[in-house]
Amino acid sequence: MSDTALDITGWTCPAPLRDRPRVVMGHGGGGALSAELVQHLFAPAFGGDVLAQLGDSAALSLGGVRLAFSTDSYVVRPLFFPGGSIGDLAVNGTVNDLAMSGAEAAYLSCGFILEEGVEMPVVARVAEAMGAAARAAGVEVATGDTKVVEAGHGDGIYINTAGIGVIPDGVDLRPQRVVPGDVVIVSGEIGLHGVAIMSVREGLEFGVDVQSDCAALGGLVRSMLEVAPDLHVLRDPTRGGLAASLNEIAAASGTGVVIHEGRVPVPAAVANACAILGLDPLYVANEGKLVAFVPREHADAVLDAMRAHPLGRRATVIGEAVDAHPGLVVARTALGGTRVVDLPIGEQLPRIC
Amino acid sequence: MKYIEEFQDPALARRLLDDIHATVTRPWALMEVCGGQTHTIIRHGIDQLLPEQVELIHGPGCPVCVTPLEVIDKALEIASRPDVIFCSFGDMLRVPGTGRDLFQVRSEGGDVRVVYSPLDALRIAQENPKHQVVFFGIGFETTAPPNAMTVHQAKKLDIPNFSLLVSHVRVPPAIEAIMQSPSCRVQGFLAAGHVCSVMGVREYPELAARHRVPIVVTGFEPLDILEGVRRAVRQLERGEHTVDNAYARAVRPEGNPAALAMLEDVFEVTDRAWRGIGVIPDSGWRLSERYRDFDAEHRFSVTGINTREPAECRSGEVLQGLLKPHECEAFGTLCTPRSPLGATMVSSEGACAAYYLYRRLELGTVPAAKTAATAPTAASAPLEASPVV
Repeated sequence: MSDTALDITGWTCPAPLRDRPRVVMGHGGGGALSAELVQHLFAPAFGGDVLAQLGDSAALSLGGVRLAFSTDSYVVRPLFFPGGSIGDLAVNGTVNDLAMSGAEAAYLSCGFILEEGVEMPVVARVAEAMGAAARAAGVEVATGDTKVVEAGHGDGIYINTAGIGVIPDGVDLRPQRVVPGDVVIVSGEIGLHGVAIMSVREGLEFGVDVQSDCAALGGLVRSMLEVAPDLHVLRDPTRGGLAASLNEIAAASGTGVVIHEGRVPVPAAVANACAILGLDPLYVANEGKLVAFVPREHADAVLDAMRAHPLGRRATVIGEAVDAHPGLVVARTALGGTRVVDLPIGEQLPRIC
Repeated sequence: MKYIEEFQDPALARRLLDDIHATVTRPWALMEVCGGQTHTIIRHGIDQLLPEQVELIHGPGCPVCVTPLEVIDKALEIASRPDVIFCSFGDMLRVPGTGRDLFQVRSEGGDVRVVYSPLDALRIAQENPKHQVVFFGIGFETTAPPNAMTVHQAKKLDIPNFSLLVSHVRVPPAIEAIMQSPSCRVQGFLAAGHVCSVMGVREYPELAARHRVPIVVTGFEPLDILEGVRRAVRQLERGEHTVDNAYARAVRPEGNPAALAMLEDVFEVTDRAWRGIGVIPDSGWRLSERYRDFDAEHRFSVTGINTREPAECRSGEVLQGLLKPHECEAFGTLCTPRSPLGATMVSSEGACAAYYLYRRLELGTVPAAKTAATAPTAASAPLEASPVV
């Protein structure tokens, strides 16, 4: 469709998109622009009750079996970074989307979009990383596809993965189940993946020794559900960071969320990098962390279970769901003040000075 | 880097706050000049913790906010040209010009790149000799020296396809302009520490004496701000008006000689327009005659600029400390970070953005369906009693 043929007045709810007649990078940033694109353009175009739930993965019922189904695409630069690669991400990201539904990933699909000219050893390294990550996560890559685009039309390698898994009986993880009084737990230190990527990005090397936290969270979720099958909601705070996940849950549940900023585990290297760049760690991406809203009576047991798991050793209670300010996330600052923690608009931009 | 933790210590903050509360006997209005300080104040809730008598007025020290619309429109025009690679710091890309921003130019096919140093732009120029590479050189005394050094390098290395779109501004003339305003309420200044780390403090004693205002050189962490306020209030209560360096770990009185020499070599002082304020005499820098070839405004014939400021935007008054962001009728309704009318709402250091991002709950500008009756402090009380915390 050409620009002139585009008639946005015919869209179901075009208003929020009208001021952006073209796609900008922020539409993929995991913030407000991304949400608007999905809610006001894709969801109305596709229709369907399952998609309308807008979860990280879709909860389906097929032949009496409850399934979680999810897909994600990976366009990270550079392809290899401290602590992982695009291959690890492509497996762990989709496995984690399924895990946030309580499902253990069983099978993945894998779609490669390769750019003409990419060196074959690079493709092999990525594929080997994917295989190793899949084995570690206990998931099988069952089907795939490969396309090649002309040189200059891609960043070397893009990967899409989709995954499917079974949701155990009695597990019902949805933001709508959050109630005031629920305790908010984060599984460990935040911001590692985003800072690891920034630390090696062209033009931004700042000598920080930070490894991405990229990891599959299925085992950690299993440990949590064993002691508390009635968990209310889980999210992996990837793009948009912890702030985006908390805002999505607050908005979908209609409860307020209060966090204590001083209790959010932020590694010194992440805090320092963010201070230099003018970024807020709450908005920096993670790839191996989850945030859980847990009924208060189960919080101690869940916390103990998490801390007994290698990926949850630094699990910490950071806040709770509240009656007040429904849909809004508020932080108590370390000094005793308060502030709103808003959904990011697009990508965070390093400040000028 | 241990400084960051140390300068956010809640126990030390409490002691400073106690001292300020004990010192204050009557109302005082202080201006923090820098937008970075404004964000620290709002983000950490410092203004909520100060005595009611101490009012913090937000100053014009946001480089993105004060860059004139005309310059942004010129940037948009230059960036749209097919032979140009336009390089900028990230936070300029979302600043609205007349009708669009640099992100939009990029989505329309313009080659707009985010860089983290002007030297990156110079490298891009070396790697793309068939393109004109333009760096958007805005900011205060903090960003001017590296930009000056980059132009110096471009001349030295004879890189003919590099140029600088310059809109640099200087803080002391802005302080002078604020103090000369008939509606000025400012009784003391928290001067921007990073500006002073470059320039030193030599420009301030005369200002402090002439206008009888204390000027305290202040850093950017919460304890820096509290110490700056404490020293300013102490002077005001005693009737003093001197320059006090509360940021000695970064600021030497003489400044940074190498940076000053570079500024002297490449730039010359000029009158400069500030967005929302107007022209302030001697408040800017432009490239000196020797470097005029590297001036993008000279290199590109930018015509047809027709700037239109939104009539509803009152960011000029905000920048002069005459209006608090939430006192603007458009705040949070017509004007949000999502659809900003002015740069003070979009800039990461803008006062309007700080209020919108961090203060909507208290200001009553949360969307109606989400407005809550309970104060945030009360809402957090159950957490304190939580058996699992």
